[in-house]
Amino acid sequence: MSLIVQNLIVKHGSIEAIHDLSFKVEPGELVAIIGANGAGKTTLLRTLSSLKNPASGSATWNNSDILNKKPEDLVRQGILHVSDGKTVIPELTVKENLSLGGLWRKDKQDVALATNEVLELFPILSERASQRADTLSGGERQMLAIGRALIARPKLLFLDEPSLGLAPLIIDQIFSAIKELRNRLGLTVLLVEQNAMGALGIADRGIIINLGKLVAEAKAKDLINDPGLSAVYLGF
Amino acid sequence: MRLLSTLLIGISSGSIYALMALALVLVWRSTRVVNFAQAGQAIASTYIGYVVITHTNNYWLALPVAIIAGALIGALSDILLIRPLNKRITSGPVKEIAPVIATLGLLGLIRSLVGVIWGGDLKRYNAPVSINGFTFGHTTIPFSRFNLLIVFTAVAVMAIFAFVFQRTGLGLALRASAFQPEIARLAGVRVDLVRTVGWAIAGATGAIAGVLITPSTSLSPNSLDLLLVLGFVSAVIGGLESLIGAAIGGAILGIGLALILEYVSTSLAFPAAFIVLMLVLIIKPSGILGSKAGRDA
Repeated sequence: MSLIVQNLIVKHGSIEAIHDLSFKVEPGELVAIIGANGAGKTTLLRTLSSLKNPASGSATWNNSDILNKKPEDLVRQGILHVSDGKTVIPELTVKENLSLGGLWRKDKQDVALATNEVLELFPILSERASQRADTLSGGERQMLAIGRALIARPKLLFLDEPSLGLAPLIIDQIFSAIKELRNRLGLTVLLVEQNAMGALGIADRGIIINLGKLVAEAKAKDLINDPGLSAVYLGF
Repeated sequence: MRLLSTLLIGISSGSIYALMALALVLVWRSTRVVNFAQAGQAIASTYIGYVVITHTNNYWLALPVAIIAGALIGALSDILLIRPLNKRITSGPVKEIAPVIATLGLLGLIRSLVGVIWGGDLKRYNAPVSINGFTFGHTTIPFSRFNLLIVFTAVAVMAIFAFVFQRTGLGLALRASAFQPEIARLAGVRVDLVRTVGWAIAGATGAIAGVLITPSTSLSPNSLDLLLVLGFVSAVIGGLESLIGAAIGGAILGIGLALILEYVSTSLAFPAAFIVLMLVLIIKPSGILGSKAGRDA
């Protein structure tokens, strides 16, 4: 069950957002894709979850093709994408947002079980259950979005900038929750981040992209310690 | 007594406007399309109900048949017309307007088809219960058993809506798909299918409005056009986003119209609708429940 991306090219109109990108994520691995604004990170995830169609190239999960599908079908194969920015539906309550993640599942008993696990992991969601999601703080919204994805019992998780707009303390909390989830559930995680330090801090491996191209790929520790790379791409 | 009976008549006609408004709001919320064809879908369903009535003389059989026909016509409108358009046109100003123009075309098409099949002459059928007003002592008011039935049916439909939207998985899927289709998709909701279900429910609701209003008027290929306008006005009064708003908008318009017709002039039916609309929008520009809160319901 590995994710294999080969020679992926994605365009916005005539502009190439992803240029001939190839990489692999091993089963149970947590890989961070690091890059500045406009590097093509979000486009990459949107393509991998079929919100967008690529110009060419291939991507497979568990040996089956995942490009040019419907996002809702990929969800049924255990591929969940927690998108950036508006991650929850503000008009619905916290409880309804969570329920949404399990609507398609037939095994309602396991949905209830998964919901309880999520509420144990993020107890604040329990307290806020009947509140509208737009009353939540940024960190709580991120917990809700990740929680909703977990109710689908994912195997492959795409996380788009979970640290975006959060306070440092909350960022630490979200990142350690991601790491814990991976360790406990054996999830395969592709994490896209601008926050290089935070992301590489929990990742096994890092991939640095710039203007849609792969710049470097190495163990997360090595990337953090590479003075050349960190100066140019990681901003520290 | 005169005021009370005017109010009752207003609530009865307002109930039918509310049903039409509900249908329009449902489609607007789920696909962002102002559906002019709602009148066409309703008229075709009502004619099908008319056929059942003329063959069986049974209103209570005609109503469910018309409802099913309305649901099918609504679903087909989405699948054959709106979905392909949305798939082909993905951006630009045309994207917003193309489906609306398409529904206008569909309205014309359905009217012509109905005219070809059933002719352009006025058809009539009787109400299932008495249309003679209730009598209290020596006074008879215009409000009849049939009016009562209309109000009761509209309230029942709204209760079903409230239950489905607030308490069922389908309702949650409908709301999620209307608010944030992309997030709904990423949560595993089959948004296209859910939208089609929304169109089907709207078609069924429009059919109920058509079958209910026809005994008090008559049936012809364009006999529901005024109802479409009044339904729109009700929906806008209610803020366009809210199902509860549509119901309240229908009631306000029904009562407002009844008062103007009774106390001012009977020749003002059409302009009166707009007077009510203007008054409401001047007082509350976003409609009664047009604020963000309106999207709860």
